[in-house]
Amino acid sequence: MNTLKYQSQAVAKPYFVFALILFVGQILFGLIMGLQYVVGDFLSGAIPFNVARMVHTNLLIVWLLFGFMGSAYYLVPEEAETELYSPKLAIILFWVFAAAGVATILGYLLVPYSTLADITFNELWPTMGREFLEMPTITKLGIVVVCLGFLFNLGMTILKGRKTAINMVLMTGLIGLAVFFLFSFYNPTNLALDKYFWWFVVHLWVEGVWELIMGAILAYVLIKITGVDREVIEKWLYVIIAMALISGILGTGHHFYWLATPEYWQWVGSIFSAIEPLPFFAMVLYAFNMVNRRRREHPNKAATLWALGTAVMAFLGAGVWGFLHTLAPVNYYTHGSQITAAHGHMAFYGAYAMIVMTIISFAMPKLRGIGEANCNRAQVREMWGFWLMTVAMVFITLFLTGAGVLQVWLQRLPESGEALSFMATQDKLAIFYWMREVAGVFFLLGLIAYISSFWVKEKVKA
Amino acid sequence: MSESFTKGMARNIYYGGSVFFFMIFLALTFHTTKEMPERDNRQNITESVERGKHLWEKNNCIGCHTLLGEGAYFAPELGNVFQRRGGEAGFKMFLNGWMKAQPLNIPGRRQMPNFHLNDQEIEDLAEFLKWTSEMEINGWPPNIEG
Repeated sequence: MNTLKYQSQAVAKPYFVFALILFVGQILFGLIMGLQYVVGDFLSGAIPFNVARMVHTNLLIVWLLFGFMGSAYYLVPEEAETELYSPKLAIILFWVFAAAGVATILGYLLVPYSTLADITFNELWPTMGREFLEMPTITKLGIVVVCLGFLFNLGMTILKGRKTAINMVLMTGLIGLAVFFLFSFYNPTNLALDKYFWWFVVHLWVEGVWELIMGAILAYVLIKITGVDREVIEKWLYVIIAMALISGILGTGHHFYWLATPEYWQWVGSIFSAIEPLPFFAMVLYAFNMVNRRRREHPNKAATLWALGTAVMAFLGAGVWGFLHTLAPVNYYTHGSQITAAHGHMAFYGAYAMIVMTIISFAMPKLRGIGEANCNRAQVREMWGFWLMTVAMVFITLFLTGAGVLQVWLQRLPESGEALSFMATQDKLAIFYWMREVAGVFFLLGLIAYISSFWVKEKVKA
Repeated sequence: MSESFTKGMARNIYYGGSVFFFMIFLALTFHTTKEMPERDNRQNITESVERGKHLWEKNNCIGCHTLLGEGAYFAPELGNVFQRRGGEAGFKMFLNGWMKAQPLNIPGRRQMPNFHLNDQEIEDLAEFLKWTSEMEINGWPPNIEG
C-alpha cells in the first residue's frame, strides 16, 4: 500500500533504520563503560575506556545526524508540497555517510588511536583527539561534503516549493549545524583558544541550532497529529526558538568561567544560561496545549506519546539539570564532575534522541506502507519501549546526580590536604555506579522492546 | 497565546533577537581574544609544549581524563596534575615513572593503557601539562585534587 504524499519522502527510511542500528551500538558501548566504572579491568585490554567512550559519544552524534537528515528528507517535501529535488543524491549521500561512519568506528575499535591518527595523516592537519571531535580529519571532511550535498538538495526543494515557517526554521538550524561544524577544523596550539572555539561546535550545536531542528520537527509532528491550525503552532515555534537563541547564544558563557577568559563571562554565562530552561518549559506547555486542543483523533498514539515525552524530558534534562550546575558559584565546585555526566545523559536523550524517535514513530508506518499508524499491539509494544527507556534514563540521571553530589562533597568542597583524591572518591561512589549500570540494563531492555515493536503484527483471528 | 500577538511579531523577535545577541556574542568574543594573552600563558608555549599537545591529542587522553574540567570523568583532572604530582622538583620524574608503569594490572582497578612513549615524548607531555597548569583560569579547581 502506498501511503506517502510525495514518493521521494521514501529516502528517509534508510536514514531512520541506520540511525536506530547505531543507537543500539551506542547503548551497548554505554553498558561496557558503565561496567568499567566499577570493574575497572573489564575488557580493558580489548576496549580501553577511552575507546568505548569515543564509540559511545560518536555513535550518538552520528545517529542523531542520520535522524535529523531522515527527518528533513521526510518533512521538507511535504511542507514544500513538492518532490525532493534529487532522491538519487540523498541515497548516494546516505551510503557515503554510512560507509564513512562505519569505517571510522571500526578504526577506533581495531587499531590504537595513535595508529589511526598516523594512517589518516592527522599530522598534516591535526584535528583529532578532542572530545566529541575525535574522528579523523578525513572523516570530518566527509561530513562537510555530506552536509553540503544534503543542504543543496533541501535548499533546491524548498526553492521550488512552499516556504513554510517549519521549513525555514529547519533549514536555518541545519545550515547552522554545518557552519558551526567548521570550527572543528580550527585547532590552535594554544589550549585556551582551542577550547574556546571548540565550544562553537559543541555548545552552539546542542544549545543553539539543534534546538531549531528539534523545534521544527516537533512543530511538524504536532500539526499532523493534532490538526491544530498551522498559524498557532508556527507562532509558538517562533516564540520558543527566539527564547532558545536569545538565552543560548550568550549562554555559551557558562563554558568560559574557568578558561583564561575575563571574569565577566561568569555574569554573562550565569544570567543567560539561567534563562535557558524557559524555552524548554514553553515547549512543554505548547505540546500539551496543542494535544489538548486537538481537532482530530490521530490513530498513532505512540507518536503523540513521544512528542509529549520529548518536551517533558528535554525540559528536565536540558532545562532543570542544566540549571542545576550552570551558575558560576555552583559550577566552581561541580565543573567536570558526575553532575555534568548526569545532565548530559538526560539532556541528549530527552531533547535529541526522543525527538528523532518522535518523528520515526510518526513517519515509519507511512514509510513502510502500513498506513497512518501501526496496529494496536505494535503501538503498545512501542510504548513499553518508551516507558522503559525513559524511566531508566530518569534513574540513570538520579544515580549519576547522587554520585556527583557525593563527589563534590568529598573531593571538591574540602581544603587541599583534607579533600579525598579523585580515585579514592571514585571508590566511594561505587554503589551509585552499580545502580546506574542496572538502570542501564533496563534501558537496553526498553530499547529491545522498542526495536522489536517494528515486527509486531496484529493477531490473525482464527 | 493572545490573538493580538501575531506570528509575524513572533518571527521578528526571533530574527531580531538572535541577530542582536549573536552580535553581542561576537563582540565579547573579540574582546576576550584580546584579553587572553594576559592570562593564557602563551608566551611560554615552546616547541616541546606544542609536541606535547599533539601527543595529548594523538593518544586520546581526553577519552578518560578531564583537562580544565572538560573531557571524560573516568580518570583524574590533569590541568593541575603538575602541582599535584611534584611540581618543578618532581613532576617530570613522576610522569616518566608513571607512564612506564602502565598498565598497573591491579585487579578490579581502572586500567590506564601503556602508550609506549619514549623519554623525549614523555618530556614533551610533561612540558604541555606544566604549561597548562600555569594558565590563569580564575582560580579553578577549588583544591589540589582537581
